[in-house]
Amino acid sequence: MSHATATAEHIPTEARDRPPAGIVGPWAWLRANLLGSWWSTAITLVLGYVIVRVVVSLVAWGVLHAVWSVPYGPTGIADTSACQNAKGYGACWAVLADKYRLILFGRYPYEEQWRPAIVVLLFIGLFIVSGMRRFWRKELVLIWIATLAAVGVLMWGGVFGLSLVTEDYWGGLPITLILATFGLAFSFPLAVLVALGRRSTRLPAVKMLCVLYVEIIRGVPLISVLFMASVMFPLFMPAGVNVDKLLRAQIAFILFAGAYLAEVVRGGLQALPRGQAEAADALGLSYWKKTGLIILPQALRLVIPPLVNTFIGFFKDTSLVLIIGLFDLLTMGKVALSDPPWQSFSTEVYIGLAVIYIAFCFAMSKYSRGLERDLNRSRTR
Amino acid sequence: MRLSWSDPLFRSVVWQTVIVGIVIAIGWYFIRNTADNLAARHIATGFAFLGRAAGIPIGESLLPYNPAVNTYGRALLIGVLNTLQVAVIGVVLATILGTLIGIGRLSRNWLLAKLTAFYVETLRDIPLLLQLLFWYTVLQGLPGPKQSWHLGHVAFLSNRGMRLPEFDWQPAHSWALLAFVVGLIGTLMWNRRAHRQQDVTGVRPAVWPVALALMIGLPVIVWALLGAPFQVELPVLRGFNFQGGGTLSPEYFALMLGLVIYTASYIAEIVRSGIQAIPQGQWEAAGALGLGSGQVLRQIVLPQALRVIIPPMTSQYLNLTKNSSLAVAIGFQDVVSIANTTLNQTGQAIEGIAIIMAVYLTISLTISLFMNWYNARIALLER
Repeated sequence: MSHATATAEHIPTEARDRPPAGIVGPWAWLRANLLGSWWSTAITLVLGYVIVRVVVSLVAWGVLHAVWSVPYGPTGIADTSACQNAKGYGACWAVLADKYRLILFGRYPYEEQWRPAIVVLLFIGLFIVSGMRRFWRKELVLIWIATLAAVGVLMWGGVFGLSLVTEDYWGGLPITLILATFGLAFSFPLAVLVALGRRSTRLPAVKMLCVLYVEIIRGVPLISVLFMASVMFPLFMPAGVNVDKLLRAQIAFILFAGAYLAEVVRGGLQALPRGQAEAADALGLSYWKKTGLIILPQALRLVIPPLVNTFIGFFKDTSLVLIIGLFDLLTMGKVALSDPPWQSFSTEVYIGLAVIYIAFCFAMSKYSRGLERDLNRSRTR
Repeated sequence: MRLSWSDPLFRSVVWQTVIVGIVIAIGWYFIRNTADNLAARHIATGFAFLGRAAGIPIGESLLPYNPAVNTYGRALLIGVLNTLQVAVIGVVLATILGTLIGIGRLSRNWLLAKLTAFYVETLRDIPLLLQLLFWYTVLQGLPGPKQSWHLGHVAFLSNRGMRLPEFDWQPAHSWALLAFVVGLIGTLMWNRRAHRQQDVTGVRPAVWPVALALMIGLPVIVWALLGAPFQVELPVLRGFNFQGGGTLSPEYFALMLGLVIYTASYIAEIVRSGIQAIPQGQWEAAGALGLGSGQVLRQIVLPQALRVIIPPMTSQYLNLTKNSSLAVAIGFQDVVSIANTTLNQTGQAIEGIAIIMAVYLTISLTISLFMNWYNARIALLER
């Protein structure tokens, strides 16, 4: 330091302030990040070549030679000969243009599809509001209840002059969002209870039940729980009682998600310093007051980032209902592909579906990472 | 214990009785309903159906199997073996790919770092089932056997799957393998001896010549003494399909591609965060002691990084195993697929699902026990 101040008098200010050549500028950046060594240069050249080749062919396939729309015959059947001709070197986005309503909203009556569209927007709004820290208060529960009620009213109808649409006609993105979001909303209270039960010292029998539930569910694949809901659950009900397939899958999701969320919540409970509980005991608070006023508000705040990550997992896992024959987004993609003219354009449909899933998951994971950084910053300060 | 609400013991007994009672009541209600429903449908409970002839055609099987003769029990056993095979190979491949990508994300090369980051960000966000369906349709869209893609006329990729040369396994190879295992044990023993000697004298005897002699030399000698048999059967195109060689069906290939590519994106993140968790000072301190960069990585950084990596890696291995059940969607016959067919044919829904759950619970418990043992072995010994 002293050396720098000693020599500062002799060097003109401008030259001193300018960093030496070769540390900044695009050429220096290239040398540091792409051409650092022989090894690095070789990687850059090979990767650069591969990336350019792939991007060029993708642009040619997806944009330059792509077919964006096709004419319709007199009977309303799409004439896909343009797509068939382009097959192999040009994408057929016309399949998405033709089928996007079916993929997004399923067999919901065509004129009424503004209702599931609003439902999707409601869900997105709900996610955004839940993500904002100024709403992390008890009122958030009311917002969730109100939104989920509104979703139910919009989807079913039958009131306020909306025509009744039973769940047999639901499909597409709303089903995916309903399964994931209702699953989270109902499994969360269950998870909190199970996590508390698993940590209880006074109730060994309850603790054992909770451990059994969590470990069994986490040890088996989701698909077996869904099979249980679709094949075994009807046997559990008295003869004549029919529970709708969607509801059964929803229950399976809640039970499945509950076990995973319980472990997330337990992580938060464990991360809380023991002194908090001891201090609450010293104040003479009862168990429920201690838990509800001291422990949970702090523990749940800690687990929000892993909670979001778990939710991303559920959002992707809802696609498994394809196997038990429910009409979620992925199933609707397959249904759209079963239309004879479009049968051979699965790549385009799968890419369209992937974009939707990526949009939701990427936004959520980006948010969760930012949140993690923020929370850690306030803790380490 | 006093019979008073203010006594904690009394409260706990009452609460537990109530909660356990409710659970038992619900369970009893379900069991009663199930018994009534099954009686109404004339379905006999029990696992007797496992002894009946299955009649399920199975494409890929590690055991000899004939649908007309063999039982449901054997079909399910084949399913379990298929699941295990997919899980073991998938775990190995996903670990290799994931580790490479995780290290790539830390590369100083900007292009490599960004490309691997792109891989992780996109593939993690696409549901595995969608990826499986995508790969399956891609493989089905490949040209037929006559126009198949080939690698030097040895390996062929067509819409019938991957056709590879098959190695003709003879008893001499089994003996060579046995010799290798013996050599491995001998090398490990020699390594421990070297450790002890280093502790006492400070000089470490060389291990690699012994390792080379025992693990490579011994098997080669055994193999040569038994006549050095070596025969490879190449697949040959005859008519409309290939003959000879081993096959990877499109279902198996698609399942493996999807599972490995998807799981590797998670493993990459685990590896990256594990390596990043090691403070830079550890590298610098080891360098100051005069260790080479390979030694630093093997003896300083990796042992510490593994402590961070092992627990999340365990859950990824478990996830991969459980995710292999999605095979049912593309028609690879793993245990879920065969159990599903079985319960559709016989109506034994409860038994079928119980078998699926028991198999996965056993696999999950075994993997977590093993990984916990390994984790305890490498855990920090606090003195």
